[in-house]
Amino acid sequence: MTAPGVAAPTGLERQPPRLMLARPILTMRGVARRYGDVQALAGVDVTVYPGEVLGIVGESGSGKSTLLRMMNLEDTPDAGTYHLALAGREPAGPDGRNLFTLDRFQRRMLRAIHIGIVYQNPHLGLRMGHTSSGNVAERLLIAGNRNFAELRQRAREALEASEFPVARMDARPNTLSGGMQQRVQLAKAIALEPAVLLLDEPTTGLDVSVQALVLDTLKRLQRDRAITMVLVSHDLGVIRTMADRVMVMRCGEVVEEGLADQIFQDPQHEYTQQLVHAKL
Amino acid sequence: MKLSELTRPWSAFSYGFLDESAKREIRRRILKAIAVPGYQVPYASREVPIARGWGTGGLQVTLTLLKPDAVVKVIDQGADDSVNASSIRKFVSRVGGTVETGDTTQATLIQSRHRIPEEKLREDQILVLQVPNPEPLRPVQPDMSVAREMHADADYGQLWLILYEQLVRSGRIMQGASYPSMVNGRHVMTPSPIPRWDVPKLNRADHLTILSAGREKRIYAVPPYTSVEPLVFDDVPYRVEDHQDKACWRSGVRGFFMNELPQEDGSSLYELSDSHFGIKHIRKAAGEAVSIGETWYRNGRMAR
Repeated sequence: MTAPGVAAPTGLERQPPRLMLARPILTMRGVARRYGDVQALAGVDVTVYPGEVLGIVGESGSGKSTLLRMMNLEDTPDAGTYHLALAGREPAGPDGRNLFTLDRFQRRMLRAIHIGIVYQNPHLGLRMGHTSSGNVAERLLIAGNRNFAELRQRAREALEASEFPVARMDARPNTLSGGMQQRVQLAKAIALEPAVLLLDEPTTGLDVSVQALVLDTLKRLQRDRAITMVLVSHDLGVIRTMADRVMVMRCGEVVEEGLADQIFQDPQHEYTQQLVHAKL
Repeated sequence: MKLSELTRPWSAFSYGFLDESAKREIRRRILKAIAVPGYQVPYASREVPIARGWGTGGLQVTLTLLKPDAVVKVIDQGADDSVNASSIRKFVSRVGGTVETGDTTQATLIQSRHRIPEEKLREDQILVLQVPNPEPLRPVQPDMSVAREMHADADYGQLWLILYEQLVRSGRIMQGASYPSMVNGRHVMTPSPIPRWDVPKLNRADHLTILSAGREKRIYAVPPYTSVEPLVFDDVPYRVEDHQDKACWRSGVRGFFMNELPQEDGSSLYELSDSHFGIKHIRKAAGEAVSIGETWYRNGRMAR
């Protein structure tokens, strides 16, 4: 029974922070990257624990997207180390190795199998001329799956998990709405149950109602599958809804880091205070 | 011992239209292509007296391999008598003084556009295939520098995506020609626009196949007894064209690759695509003493 005046639980309410396990799944230390005169990242440390959602906020140019590109091994920093705990996963992960030292092929395979990403712009993450199921299947194909019936089944399951209407699984993404395209990206990203799911402004550009639906899907996936997520956004509302912990970035540096409630209710750094108050 | 004593004089190579340095270069590229089956070796494609896209790649290889005792056959989509095939054959014969033939069994060097003859080739024969587009990854990766990285990494998952899309959209593999095939378990190549019917003929064949793209400046090869496996899904077998039951309206022969000839009443006639093979059968039926070689297919099935 629900108490009078209290809404019935939907299962999507904000959950209390999960217990941080002792061993982080993702660790970056001293990551620095300079583009010409611009210091995009200045010795950033990141730690992500299994099953948590780490939110990264900051103004445009703060380095959050650059950091995400580093996590996706799309770029190599000038300095720093990057480790993913992939023990027990197949193929055997490069445990203990600095992932920035991997060669091109190893990076591509690691990206294809162990890291999922949803881009703000679906054109970056999807092949618009191929079917939606084909976009999901591509990831499975790169991982070596060569059974057509199994590919269909697993693509269907991933799309269903992303709350994509499976009746349209063979529609091309360029015939879908922005929200549907993000769901296809999400299905593609989770098809192989990645060690970490990177979300680069996944709801930016969507109208508020669609934004809410996509966030609901992300929350459900996170809750049901305990997927580790790193969410980059300049929208504090999105971060507040999704994140367990928050990292605030400015000019390539982390100015504050802590539990989401702590950051939003009691920001310590002047810049964080400005951000939070500007939002409120 | 001097270097000049170890090498032949350059004049020995200057034969068959191409100059000696061109021949040396192409021969070296061919050797590399044979050493790394399926790998596309770049070469400096020369100007020859036909337009780009009309077989310049094949012609350069043919001219490079030409010897005075060569017997040359040139075919264009199975036909020996097309303008393109006739022109190339006459040109090769004129500049090399070689013997022309339409008979597959007699030829030592066969240049072909888009077909492999129906009669089985031997160890002493070389097949030169003209290739318009040598890059199988182009449909999935338009950036050729990235495509080469993918070859280096044997990263071919995206090629299956093309097949996946065809199966989803059409219920069957629609790749009618240039079927991507794995050579020697390492490199995926496009076997030039030969039909699916012909691809199995390359697998562990007795003969050497050299594929050359003049416009794209690439040579690759399938050495004798090398595996050529079309890319397939585990649960969707490779299928050749359904020509097993078709009969040639001219020769009456069944069980080989046919050209379809649409008729005014909506029906179709079929004739053997390998024209000289059909002529042999017609002559034999007329009582002439004609030798027909062993064929790859028997009763419409690959005989292996």
